[in-house]
Amino acid sequence: MHYSIFSVLSQAWKGQTGWTPMWREPQPKRAYDAIIVGGGGHGLATAYYLAKNHGVTNVAVLEKGWIGGGNVGRNTTIIRSNYREPGNLPFYEKSLQLWEGLEQDINYNAMVSQRGVLNLFHSDAQRDAFAYRGNAMRLHGVDATLLDREAVRAMVPTLDLDNARFPIHGGLLQKRGGTVRHDAVAWGYARAADRLGVDIIQNCEVTGIRIVAGAVTGVETTRGFIGAKKLGLAAAGNSSRVAAMAGLRLPIESHVLQAFVSEGIKPLVDTVVTFGAGHFYVSQSDKGGLVFGGSLDGYNSYAQRGNLPMVEDVLEEAVAIMPSLSRLRMLRSWGGIMDMSMDGSPIIDKTDITGLYLNCGWCYGGFKATPASGFCFAHTIANDAPHDLNAAYRLDRFATGHLINEGGAGAQPNLH
Amino acid sequence: MRIRCPFCGERSHAEFSYLGDAAPTRPNIGTRATVPDTTLFVDYVYMRDNSPGVMREYWQHVGGCRSWLIVERNVTTHAISNVASAREQVLAATEGEHP
Ligand SMILES: Cc1cc2nc3c(=O)[nH]c(=O)nc-3n(C[C@H](O)[C@H](O)[C@H](O)COP(=O)(O)OP(=O)(O)OC[C@H]3O[C@@H](n4cnc5c(N)ncnc54)[C@H](O)[C@@H]3O)c2cc1C
Ligand SMILES: [Zn+2]
Repeated sequence: MHYSIFSVLSQAWKGQTGWTPMWREPQPKRAYDAIIVGGGGHGLATAYYLAKNHGVTNVAVLEKGWIGGGNVGRNTTIIRSNYREPGNLPFYEKSLQLWEGLEQDINYNAMVSQRGVLNLFHSDAQRDAFAYRGNAMRLHGVDATLLDREAVRAMVPTLDLDNARFPIHGGLLQKRGGTVRHDAVAWGYARAADRLGVDIIQNCEVTGIRIVAGAVTGVETTRGFIGAKKLGLAAAGNSSRVAAMAGLRLPIESHVLQAFVSEGIKPLVDTVVTFGAGHFYVSQSDKGGLVFGGSLDGYNSYAQRGNLPMVEDVLEEAVAIMPSLSRLRMLRSWGGIMDMSMDGSPIIDKTDITGLYLNCGWCYGGFKATPASGFCFAHTIANDAPHDLNAAYRLDRFATGHLINEGGAGAQPNLH
Repeated sequence: MRIRCPFCGERSHAEFSYLGDAAPTRPNIGTRATVPDTTLFVDYVYMRDNSPGVMREYWQHVGGCRSWLIVERNVTTHAISNVASAREQVLAATEGEHP
């Protein structure tokens, strides 16, 4: 069913009884041309672009739980392309451009909202670093505006610019950044892929990878063996576990990141603000709740829940930049398992095993990458060679020294 | 999460700082005449087992006695089964290597 103003109106007359399921619930076939492991944003987008851009439609996405139950439905929904490193900037900008046309492309309302992303700076040195990043962005044709104190004050009046410890000196604004309704991205890509013939198979955990003479032949699952000539792994926080089924060890650690939502209030912040003297960011959802996030809990974790010291830390940072939040009540918090790569940048590559492809290392920033990741991973799988945009995201860069160390934290995932 | 430091007793994990997996051991650098095998170093610096279940990891009690500890912790349940001083274990493992 095509969604449009006409379908909405006609359903209103029919008492909303004519809507059809957004995707089928097929039984797994015996074999597929390509299988994607992981029904998160990246796996679903990959399946969609495989079908749409490369005509590979005999594809299954295998998801151990339900689609959208992983990080794609747990993140704080921020999209942006304000990166600095050559390998990253063109990739994330491509992603932002795909977000800009996504809803028309997949015929689904993902609530893409380009409300801007404002990174605050609190010292002269930080201003220089942000000016440098803004200039790098502009050289790549990406929008960036350096705001002074007064411009920041005008844009976000609730900020405390004169905090004694971390006074706000200004900010780097990317106007085209913003937020997207995260689970709608999973549902929208799933529906669009399904319409092109992709089988989305939920409650199907991959438990083994079958390799014969150095080539993938299929996967063992909780629903039996399923054959495939090509296998793409997009399991985010579980990447190391899935890759281990093919005997691979990855430059990845799994860590937990928490998110928080407050009670709903009247409009307070109409953009995304990040605190530059710590690790904190805030935006307001369309339901009125403030959505907060901070940094990793700081130790390896496979538990999709976080610890209390980080809750305290995040809320302290919130009150440091917006003192008016101090009496706001928190509604809920949760955690997701991040695939933290050793340089903080992702991996989209083929492996030494014929037909096995890898998509991982998204750290806590992979939501914004969803469209470009799917686009590039589909290209890599279909052509057995990377696209220019993911050429730098090689698995062997840790051995060759071509790291993309955007955060400058080295091989210390807990510090990224 | 609470960690029982063998020297200070049970404390919030916020008093400790984290280094990570204690499994990788620094490969032998070799002698001047031999070129060390760099793949071993790539493995040591970047590659991790990263499996769920019990992991041995380095924590430092920075907000207390500043000792380095080896904590055995289940990374899925956060249950801690053992905490020991790292010093003896590391010295025993690297005996004779660093004169
Ligand atoms: C709290 C939080 C805040 C975040 N905020 C942002 C943000 O603001 N902006 C941003 O860009 N990014 C953000 N991120 C990061 C982003 O959410 C992730 O990088 C991204 O969603 C990961 O890709 P994915 O959607 O494919 O992952 P997932 O949705 O986790 O998909 C992986 C899927 O693989 C499945 N799977 C695993 N093992 C198997 C198996 N053996 N068999 C079958 N299926 C399997 C899982 O069940 C899961 O559904 C945040 C993450 C968290 C947790
Ligand atoms: Zn101690």
